[in-house]
Amino acid sequence: MTKLTIAAAAALSLFLTAPAMAQDAAMFASPSKLTQTGGENIYKAICAGCHMPEGQGAVGAGKYPALANNANLESAGYPIYLIIHGQKAMPALGSVLDDQQIADVVAYIRTSFGNDFAEPVTVEEVTDAR
Amino acid sequence: MTEFKSGMSRRDLLAMIGTVAGSVAMYNAMTTLGFAQASTYDGPVKLEGDPKGASVLILGAGLAGMTAALELRAVGYKVQVLEYREKAGGRCWTLRGGDKYVELGGFEQEVKFAEGNYINPGPWRIPHHHYGVLDYCKRFGVKLEPFIQTNFNAYLHRTDAFEGKPVRFREALTDYRGHVSELLAKVVNQNALDETVSADDAKLLLESLKTWGVLDENYAYVKSNDTSEFRGWAKEPGGGVDGAPVPSEPMTLSDVLQSRVWQHLVDGDSIEHQSTIFQPVGGMDMIAKGFEKEVGDLITYNAKVTKIDQSDTGVTVTYVDSQSGEGTETASADYCICTIPFSILGQIEHNLSGEMTAVIDSMSYAGSVKFGLEFKRRFWEQDERIYGGITYTNLPISLISYPSTNYFSDGPGVLLGGYSWGATAYQFNAMSPEDRVKKAVEYGAQIHPQYTAEFSNGVAVTWHRVPWVLGCFGIWADKENQYATAAAMDGRTLMAGEHISYLPAWQEGAILSAIDAIKRLHAHVTAA
Ligand SMILES: Cc1cc2nc3c(=O)[nH]c(=O)nc-3n(C[C@H](O)[C@H](O)[C@H](O)COP(=O)(O)OP(=O)(O)OC[C@H]3O[C@@H](n4cnc5c(N)ncnc54)[C@H](O)[C@@H]3O)c2cc1C
Repeated sequence: MTKLTIAAAAALSLFLTAPAMAQDAAMFASPSKLTQTGGENIYKAICAGCHMPEGQGAVGAGKYPALANNANLESAGYPIYLIIHGQKAMPALGSVLDDQQIADVVAYIRTSFGNDFAEPVTVEEVTDAR
Repeated sequence: MTEFKSGMSRRDLLAMIGTVAGSVAMYNAMTTLGFAQASTYDGPVKLEGDPKGASVLILGAGLAGMTAALELRAVGYKVQVLEYREKAGGRCWTLRGGDKYVELGGFEQEVKFAEGNYINPGPWRIPHHHYGVLDYCKRFGVKLEPFIQTNFNAYLHRTDAFEGKPVRFREALTDYRGHVSELLAKVVNQNALDETVSADDAKLLLESLKTWGVLDENYAYVKSNDTSEFRGWAKEPGGGVDGAPVPSEPMTLSDVLQSRVWQHLVDGDSIEHQSTIFQPVGGMDMIAKGFEKEVGDLITYNAKVTKIDQSDTGVTVTYVDSQSGEGTETASADYCICTIPFSILGQIEHNLSGEMTAVIDSMSYAGSVKFGLEFKRRFWEQDERIYGGITYTNLPISLISYPSTNYFSDGPGVLLGGYSWGATAYQFNAMSPEDRVKKAVEYGAQIHPQYTAEFSNGVAVTWHRVPWVLGCFGIWADKENQYATAAAMDGRTLMAGEHISYLPAWQEGAILSAIDAIKRLHAHVTAA
């Protein structure tokens, strides 16, 4: 490798790892709030616990619905409401996540796992749903 | 239960619940947190009158379901219980060496504890005034032993106080009390309370502060043999030539306050946590086994209820094999007592009333995580003289609880390596069991450096991944307005369980709700 490409590679790896490190530091940073940012990071930090890493859901005596290919996500208001208020096996996360985090994670699940609901999710929508 | 604590303080949690769902949830949570009423259990159930051959289908073989089964059969009902798991007890559950636990997502944990060691992933304490639980224990011959809640020799720890070094509970308590007493005595002596406290009372107040705060003749809290008698010595009193003790130096008022370790001084003072608290010898599920011995023959195991259909004449429940999801069968009875947690019931097809459905669907469940860590030796006893009790910390593990049993034994011992709630629990829930345990060991090592060398194996249970509850305990959306609906007989079905009580997240609540449900059912049946 030339000096230049080494430097570029180093810069690139810095660029790649810095946010990951920030997310690591965010883990457990507050006992009552999630401090991770960005839809995917938030999803991995808590949602994946029940809805599973690929959004496939899980089944026991009850179930956690799959988010993958989930037509209910078409209306962003639905996941927004559930995240804020909780119901059944879905815990109320309205005080754990702020409006921006909820908007980000809803946007993430609506465009991941085979879902393709591309309209943006606004912070206002979340604020209004509280 | 519960420590909604350390990491998250009781106040934080109440504030959090307060913002989420209003003051009713707040009250509801306060009962959980230990400001609750005593049990209303009034002795073994006496049902009078003939049920005339009536039959009852009970859904769920936790403590609520088994209480109902036991008492209803005793008075002559035909009873069948449907249970999702391969064994009875529900949340009343213990993990021992050789047990396998598969959580949602398919992660399997094989418990590798040595013979005799165990962890209670759910309930672990029985307060002295939970008369129902205690009475059934007595009837079943379940042996109880004291659970140590407050241990003055355990630690209070904060990463941001005393350079991360833990202090002994007794040091924090004595110093806090001493300094506060000194301050109050000062105020009295400056006559600043003349308008509120009579001269007579002021004299006694001073006298009491001297006793309570261990103040000297000048009402000062100082380093002395007297204060060391409470907070501990720099050098303990001994025998022989070098027997003389050396008193220890109290922390300053500012240090005590700034450290915030005072947050945990009252943890053991709420009724649910005051001495005497009990635990079953050998694990909490001894209670489940006691019940199971009585009613096990009524239980159909591995039966996952998928549909509840009630009509004017009876109730028909559809169930499948829990593992395969196949082999559809039905069971019918005149009445149904449903103890399936609302987190799951809300997903089951049923034709309960609209009002009942609304309550079921609006309840959510708290998250929590518990760790059982086995170490090669009981270093907390051998090195630190900690016998049972709880160390509190602001680390994500929230606490460490030392086994209140088998003291001084050689060989490996199991600690409760953490018990957390809220955002912390949700994050642990999203990790693999191995990673959770690894974290718990890393955190615990900040309090007990021996962890690193002595750790042997561990398990971690996060309650939202427990396949047959999907959460820890029910949180009402609006308990004040919903409770009567949820408790009322709906057609031919009555709800029972921890969630239908004012002792939520306590086994006593599950038992009391079942007793109340069967009493009302029996009154209905015998009146018909
Ligand atoms: C972390 C934690 C700590 C706790 N600490 C304490 C404590 O220290 N002291 C204390 O007294 N209490 C404590 N509790 C509370 C106590 O565990 C509960 O209040 C009590 O065990 C609940 O009993 P239950 O019968 O209402 O419900 P469960 O025990 O949950 O019983 C419900 C049953 O229904 C079954 N079921 C679910 N779905 C289906 C289906 N579809 N078909 C068929 N069956 C189904 C389940 O398998 C289960 O057996 C704690 C709980 C937790 C989770």
